[in-house]
Amino acid sequence: MEVSWPLEIARAVGLAVVMFTFIAVVAAMLGVLLERKIGGWIQSRLGPKHVGRQGLLQTVADTIKLLQKEHITPYAADALIFNSAPLIVAVAGLLDWIVIPFGVVHIGGTTVPLVVRDLNIGVLFFAAMASLTVVGILAGGFASNNKYSLLGGLRSASQMISYELPLATALIAVAMQAGTLSTVGIVKAQEGWFGSFAFSQFPAFVIFLIAATAEVNRVPFDLPEAESELVAGYFSEYTGMRFALFQLGEYAEMFAMAALATTLFLGGWKGPLLPPLIWFLIKMYAVVFFLMWTRWTFPRLRLDQLLNLSWKVLLPAGLVWILLTGFAITFLAK
Amino acid sequence: MLLVDWLYVGVFAIVGLLMAALPLAIVWALAPRLSLPQKRMTYESGVVPFGQAWAQFNVRYYLFGLIFVIFDVEVIYLYPWAIVFRQLGKFAFVEMLIFLVILMIGLAYAWRKGALEWA
Repeated sequence: MEVSWPLEIARAVGLAVVMFTFIAVVAAMLGVLLERKIGGWIQSRLGPKHVGRQGLLQTVADTIKLLQKEHITPYAADALIFNSAPLIVAVAGLLDWIVIPFGVVHIGGTTVPLVVRDLNIGVLFFAAMASLTVVGILAGGFASNNKYSLLGGLRSASQMISYELPLATALIAVAMQAGTLSTVGIVKAQEGWFGSFAFSQFPAFVIFLIAATAEVNRVPFDLPEAESELVAGYFSEYTGMRFALFQLGEYAEMFAMAALATTLFLGGWKGPLLPPLIWFLIKMYAVVFFLMWTRWTFPRLRLDQLLNLSWKVLLPAGLVWILLTGFAITFLAK
Repeated sequence: MLLVDWLYVGVFAIVGLLMAALPLAIVWALAPRLSLPQKRMTYESGVVPFGQAWAQFNVRYYLFGLIFVIFDVEVIYLYPWAIVFRQLGKFAFVEMLIFLVILMIGLAYAWRKGALEWA
């Protein structure tokens, strides 16, 4: 097929702008508000309430406030790396979304998936982009030239690389059953109510949820930013909008993980009656709610507990599960 | 079509970078700039910072990094296998079984040697 390059570039730029605006609004702005509201309900307080109706505009007000804040680069910091680190984290959080299929639309008899690009290595691409965050976090912690930031960055690096392996084992087990790495293909491989991989791949689902929580540095795995011991970890030196970019990257990453959990385990856009896009959003927000629920319920782990869980429990379990899946498919299925 | 796919990835990276930099440009235009020497000091909970940030830290971080590299390479081998092992049949499964068992012995060795302990 002939490819018209200028047209494709224009389409890509348009899609990128729409996609990133969507994520900044749905994931970051709504996400932060949701987090504070849910946190409020769980802790029997009200949460944000005064800006806009029921506090709906709280994040908008916060963003406007942050836009007026001065950027401070400490004398001790390595200015170039210090300034580019938030950008790396934000972009890494946004790039994940290229392979997430939001739904399907029917155009003239053909069914087109609503995905930016259905890459044939979709899941691997997602894993690669998600782990790019660690570069930004480590760079931020290192360049701040602050003891706590450096410690936070190191902790984050060791945590994220430790949990990347169990995450990968869960992804591989799903890819084995679906027979493809393409995210659209994986959704299509899940047929009917009980065809979701959340059932047949239940151990992988559990491993994925735990590892995903750790990958996005959320409680109970929030050691990198443990406010009570490291001030704020890798971003304590960051002010104003640069701090907000770290937050944006983090929330984009969290929502991307929820979207991937929906895609891989919960049947993606599939569901009765409602349009596919709505089903996708319902499932994604359900996973997001689950992540927030854990955040406001559990205390923080110690570093040794965290590493033990990854290396001594999740990784062996993931490898054994891969072998079991392989065995079942090779010898039991016809 | 493959090349087009990666064109999209590239464009997304560039547009993402620009859109992430946009608020920084707004800040540059809007925010005050009042430089005081105290303001640009390293933050250490309000006390005057002492010593360097480049202190000694635990060597375990490095150890975990090393083990990670080994297992990450292993995982990269698993991805292509996961896609084609159906077509390759029993032989491919047994081969991967042997490969994984060798790696698990490696993990058990690191475990036994105390490389996975944080103390």
